[in-house]
Amino acid sequence: MAFTFAAFCYMLALLLTAALIFFAIWHIIAFDELKTDYKNPIDQCNTLNPTVEKVKKIKRVKIALKLVLPEYLIHAFFCVMFLCAAEWLTLALNMPLLAYHIWRYMSRPVMSGPGLYDPTTIMNADILAYCQKEGWCKLAFYLLAFFYYLYGMIYVLVSS
Amino acid sequence: MSAPAGSPHPAASTRIPPKLGGAAVSGAAAGPGPAPHQQNGPAQNQMQVPPGYGLHPQNYNVPSGHYSQGPGKTTSLPLDSQSGGYYSGVYTIPTQNVVTPNTANQQSGAQQIYGRGPPAPHIVGSTPGYFQGAASSSSHLHTSASQPYSSFVNHYNSPAMYSANSPAVSQGFPSTCGHYAVSTVSNAAYPSVSYPSLPAGDPYGQQMFTSQNASTIRSVRENSFSGQNTAVSHPSPLPPPPSQQYHQQLSLSGYSPLSWSASGLPSTQDNLIRNHSGSLATANNNPNAVAESSSCPVMQTVQPPESSPVVSTVVSGASSARAPPTANHLVETVASVTQPSELLQQKGMQYGDYVNNQASSAPTPLSSTSDDEEEEEDEEAGVDSSSTTSSASPMPNSYDALEGGSYPDMLSSSASSPAPDPAPESDPAPAPVPAVPQPSKTTKPFGYGYPTLQPGYQNAAAPLSSGVQPSSPVYSGFQPYAQQYPGMNQLSSSFGGLSLQSSAQPESLRPVNLTQERNILPMTPVWAPVPNLNLDLKKLNCSPDSFRCTLTNIPQSQVLLNKAKLPLGLLLHPFRDLTQLPVITSNTIVRCRSCRTYINPFVSFIDQRRWKCNLCYRVNDVPEEFMYNPLTRSYGEPHKRPEVQNSTVEFIASSDYMLRPPQPAVYLFVLDVSHNAVEAGYLTILCQSLSENLDKLPGDSRTRIGFVTFDSTIHFYNLQEGLSQPQMLIVSDIDDVFLPTPDSLLVNLYESKELIKDLLNALPNMFINTRETHSALGPALQAAFKLMSPTGGRVSVFQTQLPSLGAGLLQSREDPNQRSSTKVVQHLGPATDFYKKLALDCSGQQTAVDLFLLSSQYSDLASLACMSKYSAGCIYYYPSFHYTHNPSQAEKLQKDLKRYLTRKIGFEAVMRIRCTKGLSMHTFHGNFFVRSTDLLSLANINPDAGFAVQLSIEESLTDTSLVCFQTALLYTSSKGERRIRVHTLCLPVVSSLADVYAGVDVQAAICLLANMAVDRSISSSLSDARDALVNAVVDSLSAYGSTVLNVQHSALIAPTSLKLFPLYVLALLKQKAFRTGTSTRLDDRVYAMCQIKCQPLVHLMKMIHPNLYRIDRLTDEGAIHVNDRVVPQPPLQKLSAEKLTREGAFLMDCGSAFYIWVGKSCDNNFIEDVLGYPNFASIPQKMAHLPELDTLSSERARSFVTWLRDSRPLSPILHVVKDESPAKTEFFQHLIEDRTEAAFSYYEFLLHIQQQICK
Repeated sequence: MAFTFAAFCYMLALLLTAALIFFAIWHIIAFDELKTDYKNPIDQCNTLNPTVEKVKKIKRVKIALKLVLPEYLIHAFFCVMFLCAAEWLTLALNMPLLAYHIWRYMSRPVMSGPGLYDPTTIMNADILAYCQKEGWCKLAFYLLAFFYYLYGMIYVLVSS
Repeated sequence: MSAPAGSPHPAASTRIPPKLGGAAVSGAAAGPGPAPHQQNGPAQNQMQVPPGYGLHPQNYNVPSGHYSQGPGKTTSLPLDSQSGGYYSGVYTIPTQNVVTPNTANQQSGAQQIYGRGPPAPHIVGSTPGYFQGAASSSSHLHTSASQPYSSFVNHYNSPAMYSANSPAVSQGFPSTCGHYAVSTVSNAAYPSVSYPSLPAGDPYGQQMFTSQNASTIRSVRENSFSGQNTAVSHPSPLPPPPSQQYHQQLSLSGYSPLSWSASGLPSTQDNLIRNHSGSLATANNNPNAVAESSSCPVMQTVQPPESSPVVSTVVSGASSARAPPTANHLVETVASVTQPSELLQQKGMQYGDYVNNQASSAPTPLSSTSDDEEEEEDEEAGVDSSSTTSSASPMPNSYDALEGGSYPDMLSSSASSPAPDPAPESDPAPAPVPAVPQPSKTTKPFGYGYPTLQPGYQNAAAPLSSGVQPSSPVYSGFQPYAQQYPGMNQLSSSFGGLSLQSSAQPESLRPVNLTQERNILPMTPVWAPVPNLNLDLKKLNCSPDSFRCTLTNIPQSQVLLNKAKLPLGLLLHPFRDLTQLPVITSNTIVRCRSCRTYINPFVSFIDQRRWKCNLCYRVNDVPEEFMYNPLTRSYGEPHKRPEVQNSTVEFIASSDYMLRPPQPAVYLFVLDVSHNAVEAGYLTILCQSLSENLDKLPGDSRTRIGFVTFDSTIHFYNLQEGLSQPQMLIVSDIDDVFLPTPDSLLVNLYESKELIKDLLNALPNMFINTRETHSALGPALQAAFKLMSPTGGRVSVFQTQLPSLGAGLLQSREDPNQRSSTKVVQHLGPATDFYKKLALDCSGQQTAVDLFLLSSQYSDLASLACMSKYSAGCIYYYPSFHYTHNPSQAEKLQKDLKRYLTRKIGFEAVMRIRCTKGLSMHTFHGNFFVRSTDLLSLANINPDAGFAVQLSIEESLTDTSLVCFQTALLYTSSKGERRIRVHTLCLPVVSSLADVYAGVDVQAAICLLANMAVDRSISSSLSDARDALVNAVVDSLSAYGSTVLNVQHSALIAPTSLKLFPLYVLALLKQKAFRTGTSTRLDDRVYAMCQIKCQPLVHLMKMIHPNLYRIDRLTDEGAIHVNDRVVPQPPLQKLSAEKLTREGAFLMDCGSAFYIWVGKSCDNNFIEDVLGYPNFASIPQKMAHLPELDTLSSERARSFVTWLRDSRPLSPILHVVKDESPAKTEFFQHLIEDRTEAAFSYYEFLLHIQQQICK
């Protein structure tokens, strides 16, 4: 039982994954709101002043869309940590997602600032559906990863 | 109607006996409406019918019966009658009128009563009569009535209707006619609305549709028989049995109310009857309503207000009113309606109304409500409150007839409309088709014609036969001829229509062996298929000009749609110029509480107090105010409100629909004045055009205007009132642009007009010696944004080269060696997101950026276009522009500018598209910013913008038989009114694949595919897009072969509805946007793509598949009459060199350009008479005009070219191409059925498809 660098990596990954799960959930909610925005304004707005509610929602969506880059960086960060810790299996499990992130960012629409989503195409139903699906898949991945890291951390702690 | 004395045609009358009866109008009420209707119907029917079912719809409106009186009565009675039904007479009327102008007079005397069925109030109509004498007035009324119907019918019918009306008009009342004509026009455009008014317009109508006229005539005759008389003039009336349709209608509605009592004039009665029938139809829709019948009238009234007063008004009282004075036209029939009696007064009233309307509208702007960004929210509010108001509406004011000047452009609208109208008629029957075209043509004329014609009308009308008439009586001689002709057409068409009904599907499903069929292209233009709905709904349905769906039979589920392999989507032209449009002012805009859908003709009334939304099926309460029908002054007939009688209506919105007070019209011109720009010389043209049109810029007293010029620096102009001359302020810090003074850069147009004119005079010479070659477009746009952001408005950018300084600078990306590459075409997307971000910022501040690119070199349109694409602007591109070296481009710019500066404009608009639960919007195409899944943010909306929407079916539609689509466009008019234009389209749901194929609208499908292909080329690659297009044909034809035919044919079989599909796809593949292997400049290609994205369907189709006509032998056979011109209608030729003979001359209409190809051995007579040169050799290489020669063939050719030209917003350039000239490659590249070095011929393409299918 020793506190190794690998164990530290797992602990850190555990915490960061929790954050990623939070990001993923926010992402899903944001796209869902974009999609259902129009469906029943009345019900949604009954509780509060519609404007306030709307502004809040728009802000929430904007924030969620801006979390993309932090998410990618966080994920890339602990991939590097695992690399340093020589946790090959864990790294291998994360490689597909890392590759996907890189591809996704490379193929983003032309834009000058950071960002992934183009406000002019985001409402396209195909893209919206794709983004929603992406959100769910990532959520699932992060959840599984969370438990895997937990297991990995304990395993490393116990075995060493 | 029938009965009564009047009598209208007995035959018909059978049904309606009661009403007729006596003159008594009242009888109608008592009497059961239906019968009467029928009677009328016959006559009318014939007329209308032919055109297509559409007529019926019109009839429906009528239902009220009121009309019936109209014709006869109206005239005579105007006074009395008013109340009588609005329009029942309408339909008939026209005819009658026609028939007997004299009669009409008599009638007037006679009386009127008809109307009554419905509540008395109406009244309406008679006005005209008053004026003129009974006779004339009556006719007017009738006409008007008819118009309304027709409108309902819409497109399809309308033509027929029109004609009917017009004839009547003409005969009856010269003066009135004018009005009617107008209305007719409008009909064409907007069927639904206002036909009624038409009557007044007559001239047009008559002119326009010869055939229609004929029909009318017929009807007249019929009437005469039945009725007795009306027909007087035409002795030989046809016995006009009422058309079946009518009967149906009648039965449905049950109108009984009937009013026809009409006074004794038979003709009138007929008319009434017809009207009734119309109403019935409507009624059918809403059973309850029907009963009441009154609704119809109401509707009509409403309409009038709208767009063209004329029309709507027509309906009821209107007719009378209108008739008298031309002036009325616009205004309002509606008003008249309301106020039954006084015709004269009515006129006055109408005006008054009009005025009021305006006034009322103006006030609207509220400051308030903070929220509303989107209509919906606001709307909601409105709804809630709605009930409060009660009935302001009754007041004439409430329905404003006019929009202020926006409609001026009727012409343009009409142009667009033409095609559509025909479509509506749809009935496949050949006959109808011809009729249709006419209508459209007519329409155009209307716009203009109105004013002028009026006087002539009556006489003209009589002439029916020809458009000519308007002017003159002289023509009357023609009548006989015309009548006969038309009659024939009508009959055949009507028959056709009937048969179609029963056999429509089979016809559209008839298998066609594509490889065997050499002449796949029909001789006449292709019209939109008519949805297979029942007659009532058909009449009420939205015009295909405004709203089309690629599948007129919606598949029940996504699975079925996938099997069919056809694209499902809508094509919209929401802000089209309309000649008539019901405008509704009411405190309460009735909307579904749950989905916010506006009440429309396709909702169902569960009882008097509740209605069921047709999109979400929620049951809503009918607000108290809605129970009252201001037109009829009756209570308890919500189904007769104009909102429920027209699928296209416009509401004057309350402050609930505003986020801020309506903005004034603000125009900013951002002009490139670098060396390159000065060299090209566009400034002279622009300044000249602008100073000429300064007074015609849409706007009110608050209109503001400003100028910014730029080269490597940015120049602002202080035009503050009080300065002795414009003051130029130069900002050279382009990295951090600021405004030199906070105000006075955008000045009030009227206060500073002198300064503005001075500036416009000085501008062209101010930079004449400039040596500055750089262009700081980006910073100039940023400055423009800062200038505009407090108000919003329109920025017009003129650019002549690649921006080379400051933010947004661009590099040349085009490699000229790649222009004819068959592989990869790069750089179709933007190089930077600067322009897109700028556009989004602008859009957020309600500013649209329109780009005029006049450049001779590559200017990276792909990047620059973003500034317009996302801010809902428009893009114009003039390659190789030079004011002296390229005079045809210069002329085109001049004409385009005229249209651009004077066309209608809407500010701070949003458009929401709703569809029945189960369907969902998928992707939008056009210039806008998508703000929510169904909400498009449009900083500006212009009448030339088209949109496309892809749909998907999310839930099975098995439990519904109809689906509806509704677009609501909320905008601020140039007069500062907040308005909502609502279009509703209703389509049937089918469960079998065969039905899906039967309902394909191939033109809409091809336009949607073109839009999708543009997206694909940008997001993926051009070759992907081309493959996708080919696959669309292969998949759909193979799916058809394997699922519907169930036989594995070796032949390539397509259903008739899809027979043009491969041809159009091939045309697309050879279109500039998608072609490969032919040298195409990148900017040209990108511009073609931009046009595909934002052109409305009618114009896009010409771009994809040009029309080819042989023009060296134009004859008057089948010619139509527009205004007072005879426009020959040569058959369409297929686009193949095999059709070109050296002995002929051919005209190709490519949308943005016309080519006249003159064969080497072309008849010298043609060259001399039309081109003005002695022989082929002496024709110059560059010839861009047809000389005005005083020969018959020259006149024909010119009127044909003018007619084609009038139908589009942008003036096409005419090129005369000699057989030997180098320019002929331009011409030959449009012959898409021929083989080129890089592409298949049509036959090869078919074989290719066949091969793919067999794989």
